[in-house]
Amino acid sequence: MASRLLLPLAGLLLAVLGWAAGAVWLAHGMPIASAFAPLESAASLWQLVSAGELWPHVVVSLKRVAVGLLLAILIGVPLGVLTGLSRRFTQATAPLFQFLRMVSPLSWMPLAVMVLGVGDAPVYFLLAFAAVWPILLNTASGVAQLDPNWLLLARSLSATRTETVLRIVLPGITAHILTGVRLAIGIIWIVLVPAEMLGVSAGLGYFILDTRDRLAYSELMAVIVLVGALGYALDHLARAAHARWLHR
Amino acid sequence: MSTAVSGDGGTGLALQASGLNFSYADGHAVFADVSLDVRHREIVCLLGGSGCGKSSLLRVLARLEAPASGDIRFLGEPLQAPHPRAALVFQQPGLLPWLDAAGNAGFGLDFEHQPRLTPVERAARIEQALSAVGLAGHAHRYPAQLSGGMAQRVALARALAREPQLLFADEPFSALDAITRAEMQALLVEVVHRWHTAALLVTHDIDEAILVADRILLMGEAPGRIVREWVVDLERPREQADPAAVTALRLDILSALHALRAH
Ligand SMILES: Nc1ncnc2c1ncn2[C@@H]1O[C@H](COP(=O)(O)OP(=O)(O)O)[C@@H](O)[C@H]1O
Ligand SMILES: [Mg+2]
Repeated sequence: MASRLLLPLAGLLLAVLGWAAGAVWLAHGMPIASAFAPLESAASLWQLVSAGELWPHVVVSLKRVAVGLLLAILIGVPLGVLTGLSRRFTQATAPLFQFLRMVSPLSWMPLAVMVLGVGDAPVYFLLAFAAVWPILLNTASGVAQLDPNWLLLARSLSATRTETVLRIVLPGITAHILTGVRLAIGIIWIVLVPAEMLGVSAGLGYFILDTRDRLAYSELMAVIVLVGALGYALDHLARAAHARWLHR
Repeated sequence: MSTAVSGDGGTGLALQASGLNFSYADGHAVFADVSLDVRHREIVCLLGGSGCGKSSLLRVLARLEAPASGDIRFLGEPLQAPHPRAALVFQQPGLLPWLDAAGNAGFGLDFEHQPRLTPVERAARIEQALSAVGLAGHAHRYPAQLSGGMAQRVALARALAREPQLLFADEPFSALDAITRAEMQALLVEVVHRWHTAALLVTHDIDEAILVADRILLMGEAPGRIVREWVVDLERPREQADPAAVTALRLDILSALHALRAH
């Protein structure tokens, strides 16, 4: 029990020490680099948070995550169900999907801005585009792995098609969808910061570029720490939802 | 618990099948010209080696599959679709992991083609079924938290909650360890008697058939057909039946199986 808390803390402490040592070493050649150090960053983080300067950016970013994720679910789940149910649909789309999946979503940025204009729309597009694949693939494998015993049970109850979908298929693939959502959140969170570096005027990605322009390096480190912590928390939430659904 | 026996045309039969033929899409006959009856409150075991078509026959009898030809009557009526008063238990419990034991036990109770129940009736059925299988205190446990034997008990409760006139069971205990299996065999006989239901139990285990059955049907293969029948009038519980009679029956079944192989 103690080691479950102690070992991770020790790991984090070691990383902070390494971070401090790195900042000292870097400051030898570049005095300004001392702003990267943990204590300075922590002070900045405290200041940014208590002054309320960071919250609007956090809220904007989280909203983008939510919208991007929702779009990805709305598109990915039906496509995944189709992929899982129809061999022909799978055969027709597999190469296309593999191809699209392998293109970094950020590559679409210029095109997205051209078509959707500057603002939130291209960011939503990029996030949804990045997140749709794990949701689609996990939904499809959920459908393919539906327990044949459940379908037999539905038949033995003379279940209607609607009853079968609503009471067996959808709940039966929810665990897989949640796995997909968890992977999608991880991807969205990674794509979010670079996606917010172009054409928007709020959000954590924007704020990072802003600190760079203001040479506010301790704030830069503070935001990086915050991004990591928020991502960790989001992943934790998604994991908890998954575990809760399966009652593990 | 239901004691009422619905109309069966005065035959005293829960299930009546005659001249059944069946093949899967590949065309070769899985079983041919099978006729069998199950009386009310009777436990019939369908015994045969693996691959002889027992599961296929059970699925056809429950009307999960349509026979190529032949006639099935359930409570005297021609059977065209799975019947609300017939329930199934399979080798795998097939529980729904997002529902707790009570949710799983009641899962068959509120479908469009099942009899309407009030919430009170539904709750009472779930409670009776769970306590009949010894899980009264575990209604709120989820399948991930149940052992294999407990999961199969919930599957049995799910079948009982529908107050079946006939329980179809396809090797329901073959995935369990020997001790749990023995418990479940005894439990099955007990609840079938208490629920006043009939049961058709598929098994490849001679001892299981002798322990449980009122009547044993031996199935041969290629194509599947019923080759012999034994009425088992040994004392219950069978563990206390005359050992000589049990052994004699066992040897008789074994030699019939041997004769099948020799062909
Ligand atoms: N869904 C199916 N499609 C095609 N053939 C099947 C199917 N299920 C079973 N069979 C074949 O039918 C025969 C009987 O199988 P089964 O009824 O499962 O026998 P048992 O339950 O006695 O082991 C076997 O040869 C098996 O391969
Ligand atoms: Mg079988």
